[in-house]
Amino acid sequence: MNRINEVFLKKKKRVLNIYFTAGYPKIDDTLRIARALEAAGVDIIEIGIPYSDPIADGPTIQDSSQNALDAGMSLKLLMRQLQDLRKYVNIPVILMGYINPVLQYGFTEFCQNCKKVGIDGVILPDLPMQEYIEIYQQTFEKYGIYNIFLITPQTSKQRVLQINEASKGFIYMVSSASITGAKQEISQEQIDYFECIQKMNLSVERLIGFGISNKETFDNACQYASGAIIGSAFINQLKKNNSDEAISSFVGSIINP
Amino acid sequence: MTSQENYKVNSNGYYGKYGGAYVPEMLLPNIFELQENYLEIMNKSSFKKEFHYLLRDYVGRPTPLYLAHRMSEKYQAQIFLKREDLCHTGAHKVNNTIGQILLAKSLHKKKIIAETGAGQHGVATATVCALMGMECIIYMGAVDMVRQRPNVERMKILGAEIRAAQSGSKTLKDATNEAMRHWINHPTDTHYIIGSVVGPHPYPDLVARFQSVISEEIKFQLNEQIGRDYPDMVIACVGGGSNAAGAFYHYLDRSEVQLVAAEAAGLGIDHKKSAATTFLGTEGILHGSKTLLMQTPDGQVTEPYSISAGLDYPGIGPLHAHLFDSERAFFCAVTDEEAMHAGIALSRLEGIIPAIETAHAISVLEKIEIKDKVVVINVSGRGDKDLDTYITWGKY
Repeated sequence: MNRINEVFLKKKKRVLNIYFTAGYPKIDDTLRIARALEAAGVDIIEIGIPYSDPIADGPTIQDSSQNALDAGMSLKLLMRQLQDLRKYVNIPVILMGYINPVLQYGFTEFCQNCKKVGIDGVILPDLPMQEYIEIYQQTFEKYGIYNIFLITPQTSKQRVLQINEASKGFIYMVSSASITGAKQEISQEQIDYFECIQKMNLSVERLIGFGISNKETFDNACQYASGAIIGSAFINQLKKNNSDEAISSFVGSIINP
Repeated sequence: MTSQENYKVNSNGYYGKYGGAYVPEMLLPNIFELQENYLEIMNKSSFKKEFHYLLRDYVGRPTPLYLAHRMSEKYQAQIFLKREDLCHTGAHKVNNTIGQILLAKSLHKKKIIAETGAGQHGVATATVCALMGMECIIYMGAVDMVRQRPNVERMKILGAEIRAAQSGSKTLKDATNEAMRHWINHPTDTHYIIGSVVGPHPYPDLVARFQSVISEEIKFQLNEQIGRDYPDMVIACVGGGSNAAGAFYHYLDRSEVQLVAAEAAGLGIDHKKSAATTFLGTEGILHGSKTLLMQTPDGQVTEPYSISAGLDYPGIGPLHAHLFDSERAFFCAVTDEEAMHAGIALSRLEGIIPAIETAHAISVLEKIEIKDKVVVINVSGRGDKDLDTYITWGKY
């Protein structure tokens, strides 16, 4: 069974997914940070594939990507860094990135290697559902890699149903019309949207992301979904202090009662 | 290649294998809204009437198709210059911005955003926003803002807000990224006026349609002047490719017309400092469409170089990628030096100082055989904005 499904079998609430950029803050940090996140009690890890033109990301993730690229990070190197992933990390690991580096790597080879190193799912925000179904779905399924789709407050109900149909693992519910790292409190408008989706009784679990930065926003989001995703706030933490202890206390500050 | 081959976009937004709409879910509702409505809006008689009225009385169309006598004599051919440089704001860009602002109004949008490299599209956008009394935000790379100061001031005079793109290389591609991010953050009340035949479907098609007025006019103007509505060859420069798309548009399916695209080779195609995408690019996805682009083997978009800021773009519109692959158009790489000399040549032979983008198209005359042919060159813009570059280059 895919590790993502295992998580949701065991845990229906307060699933914490943390994002960080591969090769940030130091090029060799990828595996160390993944291990520290698992030790700290995170449920799912999302590793960003650095890209030169990440249009869905705000300045924090852009800077971390550029930083990693400048240090020589690449998808090829990331796959090498992840070779021993499953010796040390047991929780689900998802790769998040943009489609172009994946296409240059070779799509089939990418899926093959994801399976080989133990990647459970992929988030490619600029891969549209139509292209996914027509061109890529078969290969994803052949290698057992879940493609995670996004929905936003602007996504029509009809499309949410289609995405639910095409989804595996979970649906990434973007909390507001924004790029990543937008800091804001959760508004009534967002709560209406969360409740509206909640009432649709989708068959796939949902995690809320974008604008989740601390215990308060995490707790709030968890009322409307199985859990939430933290990205930019964790990158900011890594920028300040990326020691295993600092990672542990950051995660603790979110999940501890 | 068969004469029945169709070079227009298909219903899925593709030109051959290029095109599509590779955008995050956050932008898809906007893109769907455009996809579902653009043709219907553009085909309305009231829309057409207002578009053509503004092109005539505001932009100054039709622009002349001028038989360049001295140049024709030099190359022993009939060379016609399509004078887009005489459009209001000094380049073809305004054809598209007039069309898109009318489209934005039809979609009840309140605000306009745009990206700009050299500032020409930014000025053309700020101009139509002033004309329509709409709020206007222009994203421009911080590096370009320094290089193109007069255009920054022109946009400000016209009432636009200029925002510096500080990410990545701080040039055109980053300004485009920032504009897309802005659109993600303001999805309902804002229309994004893309300046070239790039971006997710339907942008390449709608920009090409607005620019197609260029070849529509060439047809009737040639008919008046030589008694047939087509030349043997059309030459245009290509950065993203909007002026070329407009000049080629009504000839795409007419195989008797040779299409020639001039790309900016910068210091040369065997040099790192270049922007000749069909020579140096590979298939990939940039700014929402599958196309040819300059990138590293790892899929990171590389920073192009050309003396002409308007051609300094790492990609090419999907239509042009298809014209290249199918060999419907011939692509020519023109270096900085060749373009500058061609700009001087046109100035001296015909009294027209062209934009350096256009000078790349002029330079093609030195590269291919045109004897006894009827040739149309699209003079996409005037050279006033490039005076500093001409002066710095200095060899005249």
